[in-house]
Amino acid sequence: MSARAETKLWIAQRASAAVLALCVVVHLMVIVYAVRGGLSAAEILGRTRGNPGWLAFYGVFVLAAAVHAPIGLRTIAMEWLGWRGRSLSIAVHLLALVLAVVGLRAAWAVFAP
Amino acid sequence: MKNDFRARNHPAWWAFLVHRVSGLALAVFLPFHFWALGQVLGGEAALDGFLAWTEQPLVKAAEWGLVCLLAAHLAGGLRLLALEFLPWRDWQRSLLAAAAGLTIVVGLALALAL
Repeated sequence: MSARAETKLWIAQRASAAVLALCVVVHLMVIVYAVRGGLSAAEILGRTRGNPGWLAFYGVFVLAAAVHAPIGLRTIAMEWLGWRGRSLSIAVHLLALVLAVVGLRAAWAVFAP
Repeated sequence: MKNDFRARNHPAWWAFLVHRVSGLALAVFLPFHFWALGQVLGGEAALDGFLAWTEQPLVKAAEWGLVCLLAAHLAGGLRLLALEFLPWRDWQRSLLAAAAGLTIVVGLALALAL
């Protein structure tokens, strides 16, 4: 891959990391708050269902993760497995697409009435 | 260059390894997490059925571990962003300890809440 493309990936990884840092702080606070007394579907949905704020939050969170995780896995695949080239690029793009689709589906699932 | 034990027995190398392994584990977990939440599309009962399954002690322990990995990856990532984007200052030497501290705080907070 060209140096230019590598630079773009490096920037995308840092930009998504900055977004994720904010999202993960909120996510961790919600987790610690929500698990007290156990989790139930009613409790989770009571928070998220019909709430556009949470839909927007989880939408951004999912998309940032769908950018961030595949780029990280790509680096690991290159350094630890020696996997390179076109096949790796295709696999990484597919993974990003799957994460985005399954993640947005989940965000929609807890929002939709 | 000889990449022997001495090269690896250094706090920054351990920070790298924790960041990489936690990132790998989170990436593997993510599709399952999304799939589980997608269960709601099959009705509230489907999600409650899944949540009942997660009440098992082993699953709970794994959940706690995953949240700790998330906290560790966050803390390690903030450390990297600070090292890469902020001008070098002496306090950045303490970032490793701060990252470990943040991870422990989140782990304890969750352990208390569970």
